Amino acid sequence: MLDDFMTRAFIAGLGLALVSAPLGCFVVWRRMAYFGDATAHAAMLGVALSLAVQTDVIYGALIFAIIMAWATTQLSGRNYAMDTLLGVFAHSFLAVGLVIVSFLSGVRIDLMAYLFGDILAVSVSDLGIIWAGTLIVLGLIAWRWRPLFLSTLNEELSYASGYNPKREQLFLTIALGITVAVSIKVVGVLLITAMLIIPAAAARNLARDPELMVFAAGLVSCISVIAGLRSSYIFDTPPGPTIVCVALFIFIVLNLFKTFKRLLH
Amino acid sequence: MKLEAFVTLAQARHSTDMSLITIEGLTVTYGSVTALKNVSLDVNAGEIVTIVGPNGSGKTSLLKAIIGAVTPLEGSVRIKQGLKIGYVPQRLNLDPTLPISVGKFMRLTNKINKRLCAIALQQAGVTKLAEKQMSQLSGGQLQRVLLARALLGNPEILVLDEATQGLDQPGSADFYRQIEKVRKETGCAVLMISHDLHVVMSTSDRVICLNGHICCSGAPETVVATPEYQELFGTETNGALALYRHSHDHKHDHSSSENTETVN
Repeated sequence: MLDDFMTRAFIAGLGLALVSAPLGCFVVWRRMAYFGDATAHAAMLGVALSLAVQTDVIYGALIFAIIMAWATTQLSGRNYAMDTLLGVFAHSFLAVGLVIVSFLSGVRIDLMAYLFGDILAVSVSDLGIIWAGTLIVLGLIAWRWRPLFLSTLNEELSYASGYNPKREQLFLTIALGITVAVSIKVVGVLLITAMLIIPAAAARNLARDPELMVFAAGLVSCISVIAGLRSSYIFDTPPGPTIVCVALFIFIVLNLFKTFKRLLH
Repeated sequence: MKLEAFVTLAQARHSTDMSLITIEGLTVTYGSVTALKNVSLDVNAGEIVTIVGPNGSGKTSLLKAIIGAVTPLEGSVRIKQGLKIGYVPQRLNLDPTLPISVGKFMRLTNKINKRLCAIALQQAGVTKLAEKQMSQLSGGQLQRVLLARALLGNPEILVLDEATQGLDQPGSADFYRQIEKVRKETGCAVLMISHDLHVVMSTSDRVICLNGHICCSGAPETVVATPEYQELFGTETNGALALYRHSHDHKHDHSSSENTETVN
């Protein structure tokens, strides 16, 4: 069954869809969109170094995504704002990564595959890594759900209830690093944030409850992956960007529906 | 509330008095900035204590030390064993994309049934809100819901952080009347932080004037008459119950706090 590249693409895509839903909701609620983007950019340096030492890019990406996320959390608010630090690190990590790749003679590297993903080239061992990452992140968020949610609402309230919000932030940071690392092969460095944010933003219109919103975001992601892969096959378009386009389409339809409903009342 | 974790070694000394919270020689610093210097303070069962001070006077640091959000450089914060604290935050970071009903929010920190939830909402003066979305509440309603949440689990002390910021004058006055009513009904102590002196003063048993250190403390009338208080807040507040907020000039706060030894 796993011999078919389309089947592998579907399984990889659904893994990403499930992991991005709860994390995407937190990214949207905590206004961390730029943070996700920066983590993904920084992962490119990890990709480059992995290629240099000839190991799986997922490990380098994971390490750099977590270093980036951790460093900005630690350094922000001292001399520079979080925004500035993210801008400095994210884009310079990306640039350094690209420069390093250019030095790697001998191997011809398809950079596009890392910037925009190459879901059709996912191997069986990639599937294992993607689903292991997905299950770890889902488990982490399910375990920390209440304290994470509480610290999103108010840090002091979280302290007063016996949870350290800085620790919760670290959990979220690690989850984000893992997600970025496992999604590089699926949608690529540049489109990861889209998969985090668009389904969550679309789901907002469907839910009156945080858990329901996560569930709805998961549904939107899964539909985007399935419909996106099908369309990319039919129209011969790049799969990663096509998946994001479908998610955007759902976002627009749901918002139009909401506006229309409001006008009727 | 799991505050035991923050109780210091000083706990070993058996406290025989009635204090719920005992702060001794508390010093808090952020890098090279000293926010609090040698602050000592007791809060006893059933009393309303108000901490006032200009912006940057260490009010929030003091509160954070009590809930364990900052680690003191020196001194200790002792919390009575098993003390139930009801914490009322200043505001929530409610992104418009975050859907949550009032009832659900109330159940986040305490596992309670709908009836207890309704009772707490009623105590806080807001009934029939349980099904509403948090993002649809007005400022005053939100403050009351935060108060209602804090009242769950029958706290022995309510701790409020600038709870009326963002409310207008009548709104704040209403909110403080509600606090007083709650205190009367439940007998819990109240520790609140405010720079909103006008209404606070009249409801407090004790006022503590903070500016990095404790400048003066005592009954509201006593504190207003002290030279330290007048230096900090200006003499225009001589009649403590005058409409203070409108005549208050924040620039004045900073210039007067620069004259004192500790600046945050």
